[in-house]
Amino acid sequence: MSPLFLVATLFMEQNELIPHLFRTEYSKIIAVLCKQFGIHHIEIAEDIAADTFLSAVENWSYKGLPANPTAWLYTVAKNKAKNYFAHFSVLNDKIKKEISHTAEQPVTEIDLSNINITDSQLRMLFAVCHPCISGESQVCLALRVLCGFGIDEIANAFLTSSETINKRLSRAKEKLRNENIPIELPSANEINDRLESVTTTLYLLFSEGYYSENNNAVLRKDLCLEAMRLTYMLVENPQTNQPFVNALLSLMCFHASRFEARVNENNELIFYQDQDETLWNRDLISKGVYFFKQSSQGNSLSRFHLEAGIAFWHTIKTDSKEKWENILQLYNKLLQLKYSPVAALNRTYALSKVNGKDAAIAEAEKINLASSPYYYTLLGELYKESDSVKAKLNFLKAMALAKTAADLQIIQRQLDTL
Amino acid sequence: MDEFILIFRHQDGTKIASPEQMQIWMKQTMDWIGSIAAQNKFSSGTGLPFADAKVVWHNSVVTNGPFGDIKETIGGFVIVKASSVDEAVEFAKGCPVLQGDGNSVEVRKIAKNDAVH
Repeated sequence: MSPLFLVATLFMEQNELIPHLFRTEYSKIIAVLCKQFGIHHIEIAEDIAADTFLSAVENWSYKGLPANPTAWLYTVAKNKAKNYFAHFSVLNDKIKKEISHTAEQPVTEIDLSNINITDSQLRMLFAVCHPCISGESQVCLALRVLCGFGIDEIANAFLTSSETINKRLSRAKEKLRNENIPIELPSANEINDRLESVTTTLYLLFSEGYYSENNNAVLRKDLCLEAMRLTYMLVENPQTNQPFVNALLSLMCFHASRFEARVNENNELIFYQDQDETLWNRDLISKGVYFFKQSSQGNSLSRFHLEAGIAFWHTIKTDSKEKWENILQLYNKLLQLKYSPVAALNRTYALSKVNGKDAAIAEAEKINLASSPYYYTLLGELYKESDSVKAKLNFLKAMALAKTAADLQIIQRQLDTL
Repeated sequence: MDEFILIFRHQDGTKIASPEQMQIWMKQTMDWIGSIAAQNKFSSGTGLPFADAKVVWHNSVVTNGPFGDIKETIGGFVIVKASSVDEAVEFAKGCPVLQGDGNSVEVRKIAKNDAVH
């Protein structure tokens, strides 16, 4: 093997390895540093983590990969942090002589053990999902500091510019600093309220990946997997392992089981009824069932329980009266608990499967969603067999309202079948 | 948007329905409430089981159940959001309780704490 070829393969490996390590290790380093030095130093923590990776790229390019790249990164990160904070405390000491109330942070050993990493990330999750910042900002910040996503990747996921994401991130961090949000698990009497806000953000993160209009399938899947990883972290900790958290994880598993079946090679969405069932991930379905069973403890019924129930029935491909009756009743309950236009439309679809299309059309006319393309797509679908003129009219209305290429394509496919 | 309570009045609460009939009514009631909820017009509601029912009278006299002296009983209620009493009445017309002869749904506006009502 020629030396040149060796260098080439090393670079190729690195090109794969560094982004991967960045994703996983960057967020761990930030979480540990934030836990130790507080939210005020979040940007310093980010700088230290980024600087560590810069050193890695420089160093590994000519010295080759170290035997244990992760350990190498941790050592460098620790040294950089110690240097920075030693310097910082010298400065602090000097200032302290003049202003004597500054709290002193002794520079202790930085603990990058697995236990401390997990604990730090869990605390960070609560800080990042603090209700003082908006849900959208929480998702952005979680992607950046807990999932190690690049600014470009986040911008891509939200279909916006890097500049917008940068602004959103710095405003969110500033808010967390100004509010002096502690990096800690909330106390026992407030943990459930805070958990609700955390799970809502994780649900948003998952949905962003699952329903995103972005056509980068890899990125979308990564968003979902990260949401699942963070939810799993909550399930693993006895203080946060609540029934509704298990219900959320169960819901994610059921949905994720259809990843491979719901998009074709041209990145087009495949309708549920047209999906190849053999591509559904049985392993994820049984994990979903497991977490669903875990979620049935206690006596509170959350929206996640109901949505997991609906998702469970969708893992059974064969149509039956029982399946759709169950889905309908779950939607009936879900809508009482939390109304959403999507749930209202899906309920009407389930109703057509149980009580017939005419009953569903009558119901659809009552739900006033005249500005939604999905409303007209549903009506078109319901009229398809009985009245092709009305079906066509509704699909055309849907088309006029559709905002994305993917939606237009789906409606066009429906029109073509008339 | 106001809130209205729809109170289900049963002519005779002592009538026992078969489990099959109960199941049909239950589904109809759930679909009816689901329909209101799908319009984002549902506020809250519950069924009121006849078991363990008591009536407390003047001078702390307590009797079992609403049966006996009063024949009519309340089986449950829902609170809906509606812009007028007529809209609330339209919701009430779909209530499965009305399939029973003599049963009724009373529609009443919920008082707001705005010193007007």
